[in-house]
Amino acid sequence: MIRLEARPEPSRTYKWASPIIAVAATVAIGFLLFPAMGKNPFAAFHAFFVKPVDSLYGVAELLLKASPLMLIATGLAAGYRANVWNIGAEGQLTMGAIAGGGVALALHGVDSPLVLPAMLVAGVAGGVAWAAVPAWLRTRFNANEILTSLMLVYVATLVLSLLVHDAWRDPEGFNFPQSKMFSESALYPVLLEGTRLNLGFPIALAVVAAGWVFMQKSFTGYQMRVAGLAPAAAHYAGISAPRTVWLAMLIGGGCAGLAGVGEVAGPLGQLQPSVSPGYGFAAIIVAFVGRLHPVGIVFASLLMSLLYLGGESAQLNLALPSAVTGLFQGTLLFFLLAADVFIHYRVRRTRTVRRTA
Amino acid sequence: METLAQLFILTLAAGTPLVFAALGELVTEKSGVLNLGVEGMMLVGAVVAFMVASMSGSPWLGIAAGMAAGAATSLIFGAIALSLMANQVATGLALSLFGVGLSAFVGLDYVSVVIAGITPLAIPGLSDLPVVGQLLFGHNPLVYLSFALFAAVQWFLFRTRAGLVLRAVGESPQSAHAIGYPVIAIRYAAVLFGGACAGLAGAYLSVAYTPLWVEGMVAGRGWIALALVVFATWKPWRVLAGAYLFGGVTLAQFQAQALGSTIPSQYLAMLPYLATVVVLAVISRDAVTIRLNAPASLGKPFHPGA
Repeated sequence: MIRLEARPEPSRTYKWASPIIAVAATVAIGFLLFPAMGKNPFAAFHAFFVKPVDSLYGVAELLLKASPLMLIATGLAAGYRANVWNIGAEGQLTMGAIAGGGVALALHGVDSPLVLPAMLVAGVAGGVAWAAVPAWLRTRFNANEILTSLMLVYVATLVLSLLVHDAWRDPEGFNFPQSKMFSESALYPVLLEGTRLNLGFPIALAVVAAGWVFMQKSFTGYQMRVAGLAPAAAHYAGISAPRTVWLAMLIGGGCAGLAGVGEVAGPLGQLQPSVSPGYGFAAIIVAFVGRLHPVGIVFASLLMSLLYLGGESAQLNLALPSAVTGLFQGTLLFFLLAADVFIHYRVRRTRTVRRTA
Repeated sequence: METLAQLFILTLAAGTPLVFAALGELVTEKSGVLNLGVEGMMLVGAVVAFMVASMSGSPWLGIAAGMAAGAATSLIFGAIALSLMANQVATGLALSLFGVGLSAFVGLDYVSVVIAGITPLAIPGLSDLPVVGQLLFGHNPLVYLSFALFAAVQWFLFRTRAGLVLRAVGESPQSAHAIGYPVIAIRYAAVLFGGACAGLAGAYLSVAYTPLWVEGMVAGRGWIALALVVFATWKPWRVLAGAYLFGGVTLAQFQAQALGSTIPSQYLAMLPYLATVVVLAVISRDAVTIRLNAPASLGKPFHPGA
């Protein structure tokens, strides 16, 4: 008989081994899956994990796509540590893109170095405002933030659709549902000539670092961690539960909003009906795979970014649907959660006890 | 009168997927397990049902396959959240994300395929009766199935010994375990039932309601179903009422379009989501009622070896 026995203390080794086991298992599943689809697994592996990053442009793309992921995941991780489950980052990202993009359109043609900062502020404010709704509903009405934040994702997407189909549509855009292209002053400057890597990447890294300082070194961050680990103790120590919820939601919303501006001021350069290929949801996986820790989140966001690029590359090179990315993302999270059991438990083989007469 | 009857029929049709999914989730939650993967299980159910219906030519075979697929995906949740005692919220989220990816992936070749779906009943004589015939005999066969499911769930939970045991497991798994009930096995059964119901809900959408397959076609109904269970304070009859309420709200956008409204469709499309948020807030406001009605061990992993 095999059974799980609780460890006296959570294993630190397994806490960090578990993501590696999960990645290995996901790759192994890929090796089984690709032949089933009639593809050479080695060619597929190459197309998925090597081809996208075998050039400077590819590496820049990797960092470009990792930026929103690490940004959002940092914000979400702060919330998850406090046991506040914001899963509506995709909506907060969309609202950030709308607010930041709105500023860019309002200041169209204005050539001032202040346009971009104004957009960033507006974008963060947009994300914060959208996250404030579930926070208010949770603290004031006790409404589950998982469900409300997710419902607002759909609403945000529809608001964006409304705007690009109507009020903000480019009059010279051949009736496509898109806004005007932003002015040069409303775009993130490109960092590496010949690539799309832009200012969003250092901004994301700075936020990750700030997030680490806040959660590990500040008193407020400490209070949030206590509230997540031991709600009863937190209550007894006088840590305000509503304040924790508000902080957790708003930090997540602000980071997601900033990521949203980054998309429209970066690779997109305009507002479109869809401003994100599901970064807000993928960032949930990034936060978990990165163990809610900033260093882990940076690595996990690179991995998740590679999955996005790999999906595109597999579509180009192997005629595989890019939806395979979503499949791998989900599989990875499953394996991670399964492997996490060894943090708290160890496997014991129990011998059948021999009874002496 | 005629239009009113039509509206009634359409409301039931729109609410039915929510009835299926929410009743399934209600049983799962009554056993103390919170499975947030309803959206994912519905999508997998929808795509598998559509594929099987398209390949076999039999929509009913598709429905059965959708249920089986929903149950199979819920088994992944069970393995991780029940056997390996992972965080149920995270595992449920993973299931939803996985379901979105998996369904988009396998359904790619079926996007513009046309199938013969399950159409509303037409009982000669009965369905042709004025008004009454329509109201009683003009629904999709699956709508009647949802009534039956409601009756079955209500009866099972509150009138059978097995239902009592299931509720006991949800309230206090430790006690149920001490008396000798297999807590994990019972929870597996509840999760599988919830998965099959979510699969059925998805299958209804892709084989009977629309009938077609589009990526992400469940469009948040899985999450609305989760909200409905809270809204219903874990009571089956209130699930039924809530589902038709939301069905009616969903309908508003199509009705307005049909009536030539000039309001942009996006506003009306927002309604079900906004309504969910508002209703959830209003119901949850009474924290005591929620705490008294929610299964006491909801979302907490159980380790029998301890």
